[in-house]
Amino acid sequence: MKIMVAIKRVIDYAVKIRVKPDKSGVETNNVKMSMNPFCEIALEEALRIKESGLASEVIAVSMGPTQVVDTIRTGLAMGADRAIHVDYPGTLYPLSVAKILKALVEIEKPGLIFLGKQAIDDDCNQTGQMIAGLLKWPQGTFASKVVLDKEKQTAVVDREVDGGLETLCLDLPAVITADLRLNQPRYATLPNIMKAKSKVIKKLTPEDLKVEIKSDIEVVKVTEPPKRKAGVLVSSVDELIDKLKNEARVV
Amino acid sequence: MEKWRAADRLLKFSSRFASGTKLTCTIINYDHTHPLVSECCFFPIPFYCCKSKQGKYFYSVATTVHRNPLFSIISPDDISYFKTLLGERGVVQDALALDAANTDWMGKYRGSSKLLLQPKNTEEVSQILKYCNSRCLAVVPQGGNTGLVGGSVPVFDEVIINVGLMRNILSFDKVSGVLVCEAGCILENLISFLDDEGFIMPLDLGAKGSCQIGGNVSTNAGGLRLLRYGSLHGSVLGLEAVLANGTVLDMLGTLRKDNTGYDLKHLFIGSEGSLGIVTKVSILTPPKLSSVNIAFLACEDYTSCQKLLLEAKKKLGGILSAFEFLDSDAMSLVLKHLDGVRNPLPPSIHNFYILIETTGSNETFDKENLEAFLLHSVESGLVANGVLAQDINQASSFWHIREGLPEALMKAGAVYKYDLSLPLEKMYDLVEEMRVQIGPAAKVVAYGHLGDGNLHLNISAPAYDDNILAKIEPFVYEWTSKNRGSISAEHGLGLMKAAKIHYSKSPETVQVMASIKKLLDPNGILNPYKVLPSSLLSQN
Repeated sequence: MKIMVAIKRVIDYAVKIRVKPDKSGVETNNVKMSMNPFCEIALEEALRIKESGLASEVIAVSMGPTQVVDTIRTGLAMGADRAIHVDYPGTLYPLSVAKILKALVEIEKPGLIFLGKQAIDDDCNQTGQMIAGLLKWPQGTFASKVVLDKEKQTAVVDREVDGGLETLCLDLPAVITADLRLNQPRYATLPNIMKAKSKVIKKLTPEDLKVEIKSDIEVVKVTEPPKRKAGVLVSSVDELIDKLKNEARVV
Repeated sequence: MEKWRAADRLLKFSSRFASGTKLTCTIINYDHTHPLVSECCFFPIPFYCCKSKQGKYFYSVATTVHRNPLFSIISPDDISYFKTLLGERGVVQDALALDAANTDWMGKYRGSSKLLLQPKNTEEVSQILKYCNSRCLAVVPQGGNTGLVGGSVPVFDEVIINVGLMRNILSFDKVSGVLVCEAGCILENLISFLDDEGFIMPLDLGAKGSCQIGGNVSTNAGGLRLLRYGSLHGSVLGLEAVLANGTVLDMLGTLRKDNTGYDLKHLFIGSEGSLGIVTKVSILTPPKLSSVNIAFLACEDYTSCQKLLLEAKKKLGGILSAFEFLDSDAMSLVLKHLDGVRNPLPPSIHNFYILIETTGSNETFDKENLEAFLLHSVESGLVANGVLAQDINQASSFWHIREGLPEALMKAGAVYKYDLSLPLEKMYDLVEEMRVQIGPAAKVVAYGHLGDGNLHLNISAPAYDDNILAKIEPFVYEWTSKNRGSISAEHGLGLMKAAKIHYSKSPETVQVMASIKKLLDPNGILNPYKVLPSSLLSQN
């Protein structure tokens, strides 16, 4: 069984982001980019399933401009067997990504698609659900535990939901999106980085896959949230009471 | 937690003393013919007159420090003067606050000061010192109190002058990168401020969340980036300091080059508050470069570590920004005692670990360069295995392992800490000889700034034990001295090594130091009993 993992290149989680002066988006120039943390977790889970013998191959897929290859290399260094880069210079929204993935699924025929639950730049949380809808495959989103059964060709997925944990049994092939507590991703070791250099990255375009990219969404404006007002240090209890009474008006 | 343990032991001692019982003490088998020992005052713990004498509680014998009888004792008039000068807020006599200010970060040194002053500006510092000088009241300048040699806390009842309230950033020049700020600014806050401007501080250390720039400058703090940005003697362009008699020395230049006269600021950088209190600092900050890469590597033996350093300097030259090492005992300790840490190279513990950081301006180029260097090192057998951080979180987790070592050591129990500069080839020989010397009684843990030739030798024991200390000192100092190393690479002398300077400096040099001290602080009120041997300073 092949596992396909979709990964996204985003601004590094630890970076302090800045909004561009023209409010058209977030500053990405000279800013550190890395693999989306949830995609990392998804890839890690796929690798573990392969290592336990339940899958034969892990294919990493990413879409976007040429720089995306850096992130793909990280995925290969973690242990993915090969990768596909769908080259597209602009921004891709979840529906377009889902359509491209559907086209790739028809070529590769994987038994399982892993994605991160959402990307940390747009927080959409849509791609996994959309691809499942397009393929008419069962989906287990916000997975915090995945157990495969090769015999029965099912996946038992524990989902993190508002009320607690929900356990679903999905027939394969299926779509699973990873949540934070699914696992702790491995580091890229030097031997694996060395091996990754000889792994294949197939380059395709949306035209090759006969997918038309048209966006129904247009970003109008991006602004920062209002700045939090600084706290005030009071020097005595009386001053505190005075401020509570007269400024905050809560007493 | 450590502080309460310290307080507990203090109570035990004082109650024993008060009851007047004769105490039996373990006399350590010292070689009485050794010149060092016969020079010192050798009293077994405990001691007779608690008020005038104080042994170093958690250290043993060798030297006992006597309170200088020439120093006055605080009187109610002094308190009211300070209250008038600083306001109610600036004068702290609260027992809990004093307890914290009296104890060092390791919980190893504890003073008995009854007064903590918090000036808000240089003028107040000047007035305080002028008054204390005239009254002959001893003082301790204090910042973040993160020092590791007992230099930031009182030995007896010295008045603590804490500059923590002087925390304004005065100016920042975005073109030259010169930052001018007050001594009480916390290093981490300065780092955040500069981050927004696209610059970084030239020094970085594990204590950054608490340490203050005045203290960093006064102790010539080294840290993790000295390899790349040099010492504070190079990056501090100017400072403002207050002398013992209250004179304010304004040397707060912001010029990169200024050869007019003797460069006095260098006296204050590293003199640990014994020549004056630093109140403002002007520092040159390097621009923040976007491409930072970190690798965590495992080596099988120390020779490989040395060769790796040489290779790194050659191949990564311009972009190398940190080269740290830790040994297998250090790694085991961190994995056991620190939260949120995992072994980057499971499942085994390797003999040596090296952390390499590169900082440059071109992400792709740097990463390729580093990868090529690392792969070559693996192929040539220098490196057994390693990992390369793929994002900032992974990078922080590698640093957390290295930076969290002091904390892990504290949690493991009692720790004897030594900070030595040694020739690179000999460095690990000391660790191995120390292990043989100590035996199974304690664990010898080694880590440090390999790139700077700086070893942090730590002996971790379940509890402080004089038998263990006897095996360590003076062996470690003599070994260092014999190999022409420094007994304090970056931590300073403080109280811990005040009588040890002769291991690393000639008598003539130390004599000149004593003369300078006498010149700038004739009454010796600034941070007494520390840095220089008291025997030297009591001579007229």
